[in-house]
Amino acid sequence: MTELLYGIAVAPFKDMAGSPAFFAEVLIGGVFAGLMYSLVALGFVLIFKASGVFNFAQGAMVLFAALTLVGLIERGVPVALALVLTTAVMVALAWVIERVVLRPLVNQEHIILFMATIGLTFFLEGFGEMVWGANVKKLDIGIPDRSFIVAGIQINQLELSAAVTSAVLVAVLAVFFQRTRIGRALRAVADDHEAALSIGIPLKTIWMIVWSVAGIVAIVAGIMWGAKSGVQFSLSLIALKSLPVLILGGFTSVPGAIVGGLIIGVGEKLGEVYWGPLVGGAIENWFAYVLALAFLLFRPQGLFGEKIIERV
Amino acid sequence: MTGPDARPLLEVAGVSVRFGALVALNQVSLGICHGEILAIIGPNGAGKTTLLNAISGFYHPYEGRIVFDGKDRTHLKPPDVAALGIARTFQNVALFKGMSVLDNLMTGRLLKMKGSFLLEALYWGPARRQELEHRAFVERIIDFLEIQAIRKTAAGRLPYGLQKRVELGRALAAEPELLLLDEPMAGMNVEEKEDMCRFILDVNGEFGTTIALIEHDMGVVMDISDRVAVLDYGRKIADGAPEQVRKDPAVRDAYLGVSHD
Repeated sequence: MTELLYGIAVAPFKDMAGSPAFFAEVLIGGVFAGLMYSLVALGFVLIFKASGVFNFAQGAMVLFAALTLVGLIERGVPVALALVLTTAVMVALAWVIERVVLRPLVNQEHIILFMATIGLTFFLEGFGEMVWGANVKKLDIGIPDRSFIVAGIQINQLELSAAVTSAVLVAVLAVFFQRTRIGRALRAVADDHEAALSIGIPLKTIWMIVWSVAGIVAIVAGIMWGAKSGVQFSLSLIALKSLPVLILGGFTSVPGAIVGGLIIGVGEKLGEVYWGPLVGGAIENWFAYVLALAFLLFRPQGLFGEKIIERV
Repeated sequence: MTGPDARPLLEVAGVSVRFGALVALNQVSLGICHGEILAIIGPNGAGKTTLLNAISGFYHPYEGRIVFDGKDRTHLKPPDVAALGIARTFQNVALFKGMSVLDNLMTGRLLKMKGSFLLEALYWGPARRQELEHRAFVERIIDFLEIQAIRKTAAGRLPYGLQKRVELGRALAAEPELLLLDEPMAGMNVEEKEDMCRFILDVNGEFGTTIALIEHDMGVVMDISDRVAVLDYGRKIADGAPEQVRKDPAVRDAYLGVSHD
């Protein structure tokens, strides 16, 4: 018994203190992983904020963006041009989604829109496979998967660039949605479609913008994840990993997606390394979900989510 | 009160709206004159809200025309109607419940805002000035409607009467030429009704805003409107000064039923 308590409450911290450089490495690894989750979660938050829809297809959009990019590069298109083209494809996709999926479903129940995005997931996966093939592809965007050492701490170059990119993207989006009138229009649309229309907010334009931005976020996430683990169909499953991030951060908060991602990234890495041996490892696989469950019980709106108000 | 002027600001000409086999509006013609307060009354299901929805672009008539300020706008969509200067409130209060009262009113200013997103994002130069100007305008509305104390409260937490008031504020924030109010006093107590009447009269008097409202409280209707139009089963059965409409036998029949003996 004492041994177990010692293993939980004392030994891990002794280990941390014993080798600070290693601890820093684990911590940094956690931060990087967390930012990658945040990147995917961000796509969800954007669409949820604007339309109150949980976009199940966000993972498929990441996959689709990565497939398109890799496919173009494989066919000899220069990387820069391929990026531009992929962006164009994602914006076009947003336009199509607005026309074909969202517009006919204006003012429907959220659950119906949610179902529609499940349909969209299958469509995107199938369509991506049809156009680009089902093989695992290597995505090389010219950033080497090498490490360098700063003050005795090993840092992976690819992970570092992923982290920096996410941070910049997040900052830009947060400012865009909090400071511009689009941000206010966005929240209005999320709250009440009819009222938003009546004060002159064009629903179509707002949705189109938001889905385009979510598509661009999907490209960035696709590049980062694709460069790390190859472009393959399991990429669309990282959507599941970002669910706990959303529950932690709150579905409506851009900063929440970041903080949630960081907590989960750091938490699962530390848990795995320091507490993992106690339970035979694999903490990384369930840590996020258990944490999310706890949040659902005690703070369902998440850390930064808007308070759920319901009058009866 | 400025009193009505003879030119129609909005003209509804022979408008019909159908939902499948149900004819909700049957060739209704109605003019709303510059600067007047027009009350639209009628029993439940008479088509009053349908008429308002047709004017604000939520429904499109399958026949007839709607002309605003001399321009045909029968088939415009709601945001475009709003851009023309027609604001409205809803029967079941459609506020942005998660947003503060202030933000609700600021969304009402969206159509008036212009400029570059980049500057807005940086909150710099003209964008900052613009935000402050709109904020000042909204503060005037807040003072006018006497809702200073609830400025920062989430709209969804307010009691019903105040929500209706905030909704009126959001419509006013757009500086409309024509204001459509769908049962602005439904579910209010006497005191709240009196306040609301005062606000409606003041809006009309001070800003010269033309107002069309749907209301069930006959006392209120007789007190504040310049003109009353009566709908029944999707048709207009009377239209005129309040006193005149009150005496109209067709109106009595519509409300009380026709005796068959």
